[in-house]
Amino acid sequence: MTTYTQKIREISKRLLQEGRVDMVIGFARGSVPMINQPAFATHSADADRFVWDGNCGINLANYVTGRQETIGIVAKGCDARNLAVHIVENKIRRDQLYIIGVPCMGMTDRHKLTAAVAGEIESVDEDESGKTVTVSGDGFSETFNRAEMLQENCMLCMHRNPVLFDEMIADPVPEQTDEDIDRYGAVRRVENMNPEEKWDYFDDLLSDCIRCYACRNACPLCYCPTCFVDESKPQWVGKSIDPADIRIFHFLRAYHCAGRCTDCGACVRSCPMGINVRALTKKLEKDCLEYFGWEAGLTTEQRPPLDTYKPDDPEQFIK
Amino acid sequence: MKVIQIKPSELDAGLEKLESACRLIGPVKEKSYHLFKTLEPDQKPDLAYINTRLSAKSVLYPQSEVMFEFSLDKNDDQYAILKEPEKDRTPRAVIGIRPCDADAYEVCRRNFDTEEYKDPYWLKNYEATTLVGLACSNPCPTCFCTSAGSGPFSDRNLDILLVDNGDGYLARIITDKGEKLAASAGWNTEAGSDAEAAIEKKCGEAESKIKSSVAADNLEKHSLIDLYEAESAIWEPEGFACINCGTCTYACPTCWCFDVQDETYGKSGVRMRNWDSCMYPLFSLHASGHNPRDTKIARVRQRFMHKLKYYVDKYEKGIQCTGCGRCVRLCPVSIDIRRVCNKMNSYDPETCRCEVASG
Repeated sequence: MTTYTQKIREISKRLLQEGRVDMVIGFARGSVPMINQPAFATHSADADRFVWDGNCGINLANYVTGRQETIGIVAKGCDARNLAVHIVENKIRRDQLYIIGVPCMGMTDRHKLTAAVAGEIESVDEDESGKTVTVSGDGFSETFNRAEMLQENCMLCMHRNPVLFDEMIADPVPEQTDEDIDRYGAVRRVENMNPEEKWDYFDDLLSDCIRCYACRNACPLCYCPTCFVDESKPQWVGKSIDPADIRIFHFLRAYHCAGRCTDCGACVRSCPMGINVRALTKKLEKDCLEYFGWEAGLTTEQRPPLDTYKPDDPEQFIK
Repeated sequence: MKVIQIKPSELDAGLEKLESACRLIGPVKEKSYHLFKTLEPDQKPDLAYINTRLSAKSVLYPQSEVMFEFSLDKNDDQYAILKEPEKDRTPRAVIGIRPCDADAYEVCRRNFDTEEYKDPYWLKNYEATTLVGLACSNPCPTCFCTSAGSGPFSDRNLDILLVDNGDGYLARIITDKGEKLAASAGWNTEAGSDAEAAIEKKCGEAESKIKSSVAADNLEKHSLIDLYEAESAIWEPEGFACINCGTCTYACPTCWCFDVQDETYGKSGVRMRNWDSCMYPLFSLHASGHNPRDTKIARVRQRFMHKLKYYVDKYEKGIQCTGCGRCVRLCPVSIDIRRVCNKMNSYDPETCRCEVASG
């Protein structure tokens, strides 16, 4: 991964020196293992803080929303797709962005790595080939097959290479296809449950939620000036940890993301309680693919299916 | 202070005896992490735990708590009268709370128990609770309690301190409450005369394992306005990554802010309080629509200025933090209070620089 880091720094410096952009947004090393920090550079000297490894799971499209500057942005496959969504939804202009595309082999799952070892992880190292990840701490060091320690959304990713970019930092990585992976196995398992099992499943899924809104705030799609749960005049949703209010928040938020979600996994990555929030959005992704043949963020030429109206819509109810 | 020796079997037997005398709360593992819960009959606290995901704050101060109930039925003679619901104020004991979380109660108490205001909900819970602490022999890499007014063996706010000595526990009995609890549990085997020395030795070992720290000695001396205005040196670089979620505040044992809400259902309702977070725009939104903290940078500044400057100046008891490290571990974008504190502490208003790099 050191070549990626070097290349990102090199491009960032060039863009800043040439005055091509006002700022570059990328990742700096976090102060704890497994969590890198979104960071910006406005001077070429600052670009030396940028790094790349499997801990860059936060979606950087979240950091350009509504900005006025011209921005160089480091973007893995899903970040680039969310930039495309942002452009379609007028959250940023294409000509404001210089997209530094990163072919991505997936982000490591901090929850999974933490659970895989007994001690406290103090450092994480990936070999240059990206085949293994080694976690170490006081008195232990364990090496894992990196592919098995990825976030679930990365394991199921079919767009590792940015679809929208101005410059790539490396040659494309091989893409996975439906022959290699079963994208919707987990969704089908829930679809096949009877109503009672489904109730229990969702009850359990959201039972740990503390309403910190990390999932929402890490999501590049959640840019509403005031989220419906924060409306106070009138107030739509209760503020306690009543399960009904918690469910309303998660279900409605998921629906807001239908046809727009790129399954970047920032929601799950951010959740302090380890809730698999993607269980909701993945179902909506599957529906959009099956009903509309649509995958979010692959083009800036078309609006998402639930955001359009066509006079020749085949469904009667809408006419 | 006397020290008792508790063998593993005596610990379990004692807890069984306590079950009939009081409610027991302890760390238990659910899914992938530990949390404090009222123990079921025969359920044992998992004292092999490192620390709970969220703090022990909720033991005294639940995330949502009903303060009053009321009727909205005009035919009801109790119509629109706020009435306090019956609450369980019977004795309870927290078994295995970490010293940093117990010291956090002292920090919270400065807010909930003042001459002017007494928070009845927090205080009644506090008074009903006996705290049996568990010394940390293996602190985490993110722990910095020793520089934040606490420590792995800090027992200032405990009734009993348990120290794992390989074959059960040495228990330092600190208060009368602790003495009574130990008596009801039947823990009465006095440890040998060298027990105190053994505890001190273990304490020294544990403290030497704490690898990180904060420097807070200059915070009081700094001008409040200088720190507030340190945008380019502190607030903009630190605030950039923040997503303004409430993880840090909800995980924090010393964040005490709440919001009061009325909820109605049919012809009855409740007035409740819920944890709130200064990271949320709604936290400071005025009824007029004006929001004095309408940017995330302003909200990030508020959190750290409250913990590391306003609190320091108001109470003169150090920082509003006990170094548990939860916010450091759980922040999805690695905003680190240790770095922010060190930046604030080393800030030079003349040059607008800090000695600590942005990271």
